Amino acid sequence: MKPSSFDYYRPDNLEEALAALAEHGSDGKVLAGGQSLVPMLNMRLSAPACLIDINGLTELNYLRWSEGWLHIGALTRQRVLELDPHVRQRFPLLAEALPWIGHVQTRNRGTVGGSVVHADPTAELPLCLQALAGVAVLTSAQGQREVPLDSFFLTYMTTDLGPDELLTEVKVPIPATHQGWAFVEFSQRRGDFALVDVACLLQTDHHGRMTDVRLLVGGVDGVPLPLAEAEQLLTGECWGASLQAELQQLVAASVEPEADVHGSAEYKRHLAGVMACRAVQQAYRRAQDRRGVACNT
Amino acid sequence: MQHVGADARVRVNLCVNGESHAVWVEPRTLLCDALRDACGLTGTHVGCEHGVCGACTVLLDGVAVRSCLLFAVQASGAEVWTVEGLADLPQGPALQQAFHEHHALQCGFCTPGVLMSAAELLARNPEVPEEEVVDVLSGHLCRCTGYTSIVQAVQSAAATVRESRGGDTVEPRNSV
Amino acid sequence: MGYLGQPLARLEDARLTSGQGRFIDDLRPLPNLHHAAILRSPYAHARIRSIRCDQALALPGVRAVVTGADAARWLKPFPVGVKVAAPYYPIAVDKVRYAGEPVAVVVADSRYTAEDALASIVVEYEPLPVVVDPELALSPEAPRLHEGLDSNLVHQRTFSYGDAARAFTEADVVIRHRFTFPKVHATPLETYGVIAHYQSSEDTYTVWSNFHGPFTLHSVMAAALQVPGNRLRVLVPQDVGGSYGNKSGVYPYMVLMAVVSRLAKVPVKWVEDRQEHLLASSTGTDRVTWIEAGFRRDGTLTGLRMRYIDNVGAYLRAPEPACLYRMHAALTGPYRVRDVEVEALAVVTNKCPTGLIRGYGGPQHCFPLERVMQMAAQELGLDAAEVVRRNLIRACEFPYTTPSGGVYDSGDYEQALARALERIDYAGWRQRQAEARAAGRYLGIGLACVVEPSGSNMGYIALAQTPAERERGLPKSGCAEAASVTVDPTGSVCVRFSTVPTGQGHETVAAQVVADALGIAPAAVRVITGMDSWTQPWTVASGSYSSRFAPIGANAVYRAAHQVREKLLQMAAHALGVPADALELRGGYAQVREQPDRRVSLQRLAGMAHWHPAGLPAGMEPGVSATAFFNLPTAQAPAADDTVNGSVTYGFVADAVLVEVDPETGRVQVLDYVTVHDAGRLLNPLLAEGQIRGGLACGLGQALYEELVYDATGQLLTGSFMDYLCPTSAELPPVQLDHIESPSPLTPLGAKGLGEGNVMSAPAALANAVADALEPLHVVIDKLPLTPAAVWQAIQAAKQRQPVEERVG
Ligand SMILES: Cc1cc2nc3c(=O)[nH]c(=O)nc-3n(C[C@H](O)[C@H](O)[C@H](O)COP(=O)(O)OP(=O)(O)OC[C@H]3O[C@@H](n4cnc5c(N)ncnc54)[C@H](O)[C@@H]3O)c2cc1C
Ligand code: FES
Ligand code: FES
Repeated sequence: MKPSSFDYYRPDNLEEALAALAEHGSDGKVLAGGQSLVPMLNMRLSAPACLIDINGLTELNYLRWSEGWLHIGALTRQRVLELDPHVRQRFPLLAEALPWIGHVQTRNRGTVGGSVVHADPTAELPLCLQALAGVAVLTSAQGQREVPLDSFFLTYMTTDLGPDELLTEVKVPIPATHQGWAFVEFSQRRGDFALVDVACLLQTDHHGRMTDVRLLVGGVDGVPLPLAEAEQLLTGECWGASLQAELQQLVAASVEPEADVHGSAEYKRHLAGVMACRAVQQAYRRAQDRRGVACNT
Repeated sequence: MQHVGADARVRVNLCVNGESHAVWVEPRTLLCDALRDACGLTGTHVGCEHGVCGACTVLLDGVAVRSCLLFAVQASGAEVWTVEGLADLPQGPALQQAFHEHHALQCGFCTPGVLMSAAELLARNPEVPEEEVVDVLSGHLCRCTGYTSIVQAVQSAAATVRESRGGDTVEPRNSV
Repeated sequence: MGYLGQPLARLEDARLTSGQGRFIDDLRPLPNLHHAAILRSPYAHARIRSIRCDQALALPGVRAVVTGADAARWLKPFPVGVKVAAPYYPIAVDKVRYAGEPVAVVVADSRYTAEDALASIVVEYEPLPVVVDPELALSPEAPRLHEGLDSNLVHQRTFSYGDAARAFTEADVVIRHRFTFPKVHATPLETYGVIAHYQSSEDTYTVWSNFHGPFTLHSVMAAALQVPGNRLRVLVPQDVGGSYGNKSGVYPYMVLMAVVSRLAKVPVKWVEDRQEHLLASSTGTDRVTWIEAGFRRDGTLTGLRMRYIDNVGAYLRAPEPACLYRMHAALTGPYRVRDVEVEALAVVTNKCPTGLIRGYGGPQHCFPLERVMQMAAQELGLDAAEVVRRNLIRACEFPYTTPSGGVYDSGDYEQALARALERIDYAGWRQRQAEARAAGRYLGIGLACVVEPSGSNMGYIALAQTPAERERGLPKSGCAEAASVTVDPTGSVCVRFSTVPTGQGHETVAAQVVADALGIAPAAVRVITGMDSWTQPWTVASGSYSSRFAPIGANAVYRAAHQVREKLLQMAAHALGVPADALELRGGYAQVREQPDRRVSLQRLAGMAHWHPAGLPAGMEPGVSATAFFNLPTAQAPAADDTVNGSVTYGFVADAVLVEVDPETGRVQVLDYVTVHDAGRLLNPLLAEGQIRGGLACGLGQALYEELVYDATGQLLTGSFMDYLCPTSAELPPVQLDHIESPSPLTPLGAKGLGEGNVMSAPAALANAVADALEPLHVVIDKLPLTPAAVWQAIQAAKQRQPVEERVG
């Protein structure tokens, strides 16, 4: 299991990287943390003519806070995001999800940008960043554009990124402090890719009714799947047993998962419903807690 | 911008365990292969070459990473630490002794990688709770021991490190 | 007090924790070493129309490309114990029969280049229909794998002991059920690796590898290479990165690379990668079992009938079909039942061929047997523990001869079970289980009691032949191991033996044995493991498998050490002028027991034996060295009535496990696991615990996570560590260990093996626990692994069978 040969470019700054991409982008690949790309190279599932190693681009390794946004440089290691105290505080959803990505040793190296561009449909970061209404910042020699993650993920491991473009940043609006959150995942072992994972964000009003509900499920489609109908169902309601049953059914009915070696389509469909309920219940409880309301669900 | 042609070989200066090794590699040469074949440091083992088993784990600038998912050219300028240099790390002897006493290895094939992850862990936090030890070790497959003894060994080494604290530890840094 | 029995930390560890171990991939024993990569079939069944290698050969750095046709010129098919017209070569010759079967080998200056060249080999295949299911493979319409056979059935035998027909008429209830055991993989962290060199001037093959016996396979490999044994030199380095059986049995790549070296005219190194390993090395045997068990109302097991169908993959490779027979002597497990019938079948299908694996044949056997004990309890409205206990062989019945010829040497099964029940708080949990059920939670307790054979009798494999066939050939029996102990002129001690450890700590235990015998410290003993078939003492049974070090290997060391001890005492008696029986060896001296200052050092004695033979007692040979071959007379060839004592010692394991099942997701959580072993005398409790925990982790993996899944076209769907799920530290539940010690009366050391029992017991215990947890839902558990998806599916199936009261999930 050794990779095929490739031309190796190691730009020292963004400008060089963009120039290299303009020239070789179509037959080359960007190498970031390598935690997804290199296994594919080693197995020869991918054999690009050249690799553009962006690990020298220190300018893409940052966490910056400004005017209601968190800006995450694409080269930020997953582990750095995980351990950052401000991220933990302001983005508890990310803090909850990050430890589920692989293992410490892969997160030490794997980048936020790599995870987003790799766009595995079960991956935690794409799901959560999309739930948080994140925006991809794409840069090429031609200029820069911003694409909301809602429209960035196109299909299975495919994004809107052009061959000459680099994902340079993901920016995320800082959520309201009284937001409830939950990330739940069902995987067989610690560190495995999820069978199904769910991200939920919501707020509650003083009657305990849900507002601003965001519910996305991963692993049941080619991209993280926002569950608009379910969000609608929940909005304006208080969490309870009958709503739970309704939600579970609705979610199961609105996903079309594909079977794989770890579970049948039927199983994953069911699991999506179960996990969605667990996520909403958890997020609801937290929203209520944050409002200082005792909650007995 | 550095460029190496696909069929070219490039001279890379690898700093391993504090020693510099000038080696000729292809761009595609994996770091684990360069360590084993070019540097002659066969203590780092290769068990899967797709990032799961953890046998190849080394420290890159103090951070535990899979050497099968890095190219040797990428390690140029970085400080690589392998099991051969473990005894020279402040927490190394405590780990070696604890693994011995707790029978935390059998065939010893997974062991070098496990030790390097443990070395990073203890450098970062010798106060480490059991759950975190288990979590870090979940990045390693061991088919011999059933893990319990490894968890115990790491905790016991952590206690030794705590007792002897005051000496310097390897600072985890994030490499870019 | 001696060193044996002490929890001595290992002598092996220092080199392994400092990167100084020597594994196969660390060796470069010869100059001009080239590297091989293997082209493997993408099809599970296809005829090879043509292979074109010219483009590959033209690539810079490529030295040779070897096809099956090239290799076959120098090879004969591997011999197998049973005669079947299904020739097996280490590389496909005109047809491929499983996805991943070698088709060509590239030899190049580096592994990278060799892999590049694989893509340039052009193979034209004619795909053929595929069968992967062993029962489908038996149907007359099934695609046939081997032209020389008129079906895929490669082996079939029936056995009858006692009078099963009568036993079933005496039964009040009969449980009949079909169970399937999955195809699993041992996945040692170190894959296969071979370095081969053909020396034309001497017509000799030298092969380094991480093969660890049994060395019966040396003869098999020499036969395939068509050379006498002394022209196949097999070497194994000191360190082998785990195996659990995987690297024993027929190791086709040793032969393949030997021939490739011959054809490429250079020494060749090949290290298997993980994908090759999962796809095509050697796997466990998947089995379908039909079991029928008769019980009296009080829970007494009256009779058993079993029909096994073993799926040996594409070829029958030695020692297969022995998976059918490893447990034959222990067919009835720990139970007193006397009337048994067995029908054993082996079929070929388009899957990777099978071979030895930790617990060989045990998990497949214990899963249905232990499940049936619990199903009977449920059916009869009795407590599961009580049904098990009622049927256990009593302590006063040892040595106990099983209906199929096993001679259980010692044990106290009831005590072990009682200990397990007590440690898990069985009674307490039964109570709490009832409360939990009322609260809608699904807790379950599972038990498994297994007899753990260790130290295989080479003769058991001959059960695959009929008594008439056996009559015609050379009888096979025995379990011999060899060891030699040598004292050099400086008085320091070396031990060599051929158990070829793969991590079990043989060096340490051997040092303990020798240290006790010679009165020196274990650290002063140099233990030489690994293998060199030219210089090491060995027998066909040598190697590490069937947990044979404790019952056999250690005893060979013991014998050799005691021969050396005797000689040293004789010499010392001569030197000191006292009778030998007045002397003891202690602290590096031979000394008069009652008068320790009258002594002579080992160094001086050794010096005399080497430098001054004239000073030795009359008639004594110079030098201090002994080689002992240890065998047990109880390892007899199978008798004409098909009884055989398949192993020399039999340990016992009683497991009790507590689980909670989440019926919504199917997730099984193990809350507590108790395992009680009786492995006779423990030679080193620290190492014993390591073996048990390691075995249990494997058993747990097979119960809950691991399976090599194939689709209907024979493609492996779990071909990487991302999909073939080995448990990690996070999946291991809390485990409590306990021991009782019933020493084996047969061996000087009294020890039995203990590294395999939990691979046999854990799948059964966990399956019982899950079935127990889900009993209110009438869920049937008859397949493994119990992945969340599988458990959930089983719950759905139960709901469909009986659209009942209770609705979950
Ligand atoms: C054992 C193991 C377990 C894992 N488990 C999980 C898991 O549970 N969940 C999970 O989500 N992931 C998991 N991963 C994958 C890991 O999270 C990767 O880090 C991530 O998917 C990719 O990030 P990377 O930085 O490593 O990117 P790389 O592997 O370097 O690149 C991935 C892809 O993104 C492209 N790319 C990377 N960065 C950029 C950029 N800035 N601009 C444009 N293109 C770019 C590359 O060209 C490539 O196509 C696992 C990996 C391993 C080895
Ligand atoms: S060899 Fe690198 S993780 Fe397995
Ligand atoms: S000690 Fe053998 S794999 Fe861990």
